[in-house]
Amino acid sequence: MPPSCFIEHPMPTLAHYLIVSGLLFSIGLAGVLLRRNILIIFMGLELMLNAANLSLVAFSRFNLLPDGMPNYNGQVLVFFIITVAAAEVAVGLAIIVALFRAKQTTHVEDLNTLKF
Amino acid sequence: MSFVALAAVFVTLDAYFIAVVQVLVYAGAVMVLFLFIIMLLDLREEKTRRVRLSAWVGGGLVIGGFVSALVQVISSLPGSGNTKPVVSNPEANDVALVGFTLFKDFNFPFQIIGVLLLVATVGVVLLSRKELK
Repeated sequence: MPPSCFIEHPMPTLAHYLIVSGLLFSIGLAGVLLRRNILIIFMGLELMLNAANLSLVAFSRFNLLPDGMPNYNGQVLVFFIITVAAAEVAVGLAIIVALFRAKQTTHVEDLNTLKF
Repeated sequence: MSFVALAAVFVTLDAYFIAVVQVLVYAGAVMVLFLFIIMLLDLREEKTRRVRLSAWVGGGLVIGGFVSALVQVISSLPGSGNTKPVVSNPEANDVALVGFTLFKDFNFPFQIIGVLLLVATVGVVLLSRKELK
């Protein structure tokens, strides 16, 4: 049964944001599972992190604190996730460049040895 | 990519600080880094590869299962049909409030993040030297 939010409300509801977040996560998961290029796999990872950020911000906005303001703990967590993701991209791309220098490929099926 | 659009979605959720950080970090830094790397390793042989059918079937099954579980969870979540509740002070300074939370309640994780960024920077410089020993 599809959620009822598809039909009547003109305003976006919590389910809309969660569906967008879930679809983003699914696209990222599809990129990780189906593509064999390590750069595309890496972009899929970024997309999954972004989906988690979106659902965190949506929950923070829709569950107000008793004083009527959004729950800013969720947004601080999103800030931390963005920071860690940026560090992870830098380190991961450096590793990919080193790997490409050593093996001349970015295809995961050609990279099946632990030590070379 | 979709990062800028996601920042717009954050603006609709009244999370201006997160939206600005998203544009700066993702659209500004991460995408430029990706483009540099893609230009650096020019990938010519990508078109000649064929994808195995079994990988597509298995991946499709996993993703289909995930999406159907997701639809079930979202449709059974209490309050998932709520529209946005009205905040008590819509003129509040979003950046100041996030900053107060960051420095009062999350001061220690914030400093840990600083150390993590330092370690990542040193590690990247070490990794991308000309010869790996």
